[in-house]
Amino acid sequence: MSSSPLRRTALDALHRSLGATMTDFAGWDMPLRYGSERDEHVAVRTKAGLFDLSHMGEITVTGPEADRFLNHALVGDIASVRVGRARYTMICREDGGILDDLIVYRLADAEYMVVANASNAQVVLDALTERAAGFAAAVRDDRDAYALIAVQGPESPGILKSLTDADLDGLKYYAGLPGTVAGVPALIARTGYTGEDGFELFVAPEHAEKLWQALTEAGAPVGLAPCGLSCRDTLRLEAGMPLYGHELSTSLTPFDAGLGRVVKFEKEGDFVGRAALEEAAARAQENPPRVLVGLVAEGRRVPRAGYPVVAGGEVIGEVTSGAPSPTLGRPIAMAYVDAAHSAPGTPGVGVDIRGSHEPHEVVALPFYKRQK
Amino acid sequence: MSNPQQLRYSKEHEWLSDAEDGVATVGITEHAANALGDVVFVQLPEVGDTVTAGETCGELESTKSVSDLYSPVTGEITEVNEDVVNDPSLVNSEPFEGGWLFKVRVSEEPADLLSADEYDAHVAG
Repeated sequence: MSSSPLRRTALDALHRSLGATMTDFAGWDMPLRYGSERDEHVAVRTKAGLFDLSHMGEITVTGPEADRFLNHALVGDIASVRVGRARYTMICREDGGILDDLIVYRLADAEYMVVANASNAQVVLDALTERAAGFAAAVRDDRDAYALIAVQGPESPGILKSLTDADLDGLKYYAGLPGTVAGVPALIARTGYTGEDGFELFVAPEHAEKLWQALTEAGAPVGLAPCGLSCRDTLRLEAGMPLYGHELSTSLTPFDAGLGRVVKFEKEGDFVGRAALEEAAARAQENPPRVLVGLVAEGRRVPRAGYPVVAGGEVIGEVTSGAPSPTLGRPIAMAYVDAAHSAPGTPGVGVDIRGSHEPHEVVALPFYKRQK
Repeated sequence: MSNPQQLRYSKEHEWLSDAEDGVATVGITEHAANALGDVVFVQLPEVGDTVTAGETCGELESTKSVSDLYSPVTGEITEVNEDVVNDPSLVNSEPFEGGWLFKVRVSEEPADLLSADEYDAHVAG
């Protein structure tokens, strides 16, 4: 473990004044929960929740060859992203292993913002910097330039509309535009990680507190609640969204993770990991890798990351994330299981919960999909 | 938070009532409940089981983790709280009242149980 002091976000004092339980997350002291994580989860599903995500890693890429460079460095076709839109993608090693999953926003013709997971921000920054050699493109560490506040949930469009003139109705899912929210300049993105409609607001750290307070006041009449990382994890799990370090790792290629669709072999030019990923794609065709599935517990004990998935006395997989689901009212998990046991409804599948084989139902992901 | 003065406490964050006719009530403290987060599942010993002071006798499962439940005393279980089995959130909402866990006929009690003030100091330390 690193002994360096934990980094604090611009909203740190505010979290403490709200009585947050704080936790060490990727070197940052972050709010885990303010009160009941279950209540926070339900607030996001039914009303709205407010998150401090300032630990995420923003990296700005500029220059006339920014698009060609990102096509080389990442597995997606980033050059084809239109200005004002965003794309979910990955950065892989030469051997195809996933270094991180990313969201890339195209802010201008020659300007992108890459958002990395907090735990991988330095790795991604280093890899991009190295891969930029030979391209007319500059990679800039902007981790300290932004605070990130997310408002998520069905009431979030209404809350934000009361604070901005930006055309939110014209702002599609996975799009971002510069605007002003509560008098604060912000990049307003319609993205999130909760399975709900919502927005992520990238602002200068000195404006974070003002924006948080304005959102809190605007959201109070509709039940907006401050939310910590604990409920964020159960929200993304219900929505079947992978989390780096759980469903994604350097030991898996996107094809092993069931996310081969993010790899764009047809894009122009070579990219880091292409050869290994072509092999991984072929391998996945011939010999299906373990499949990421959902498991719903029949009992009340909770399958946790690392627990073996079993069938007929054999280990057939491993749980990658598990938690009690507030929405389903039962414990749920994501797990990689052998393809033969991956079909929804496959009988006889259990999870070894500390020595006891507890029956689970195999289901298709996600567990929860919002009504549009 | 205030820990009731009339109870005694273990360093593992259980509370123990004074025994009536030899039977004491056991639960976990508000401090422990807060640290766990929302409790979603409790596994308790069964009536007739013998529990041993300082040894595990069940599990408390919260959103994020599972924790062992220790018995603060040695003795025989005389009753378990079925309400808390059916609604584990009682551990969070009423840790010292409706969220009690089990009753035990005490045969042996360790000498190092803490008073409320000593437990406060233990938690603060």
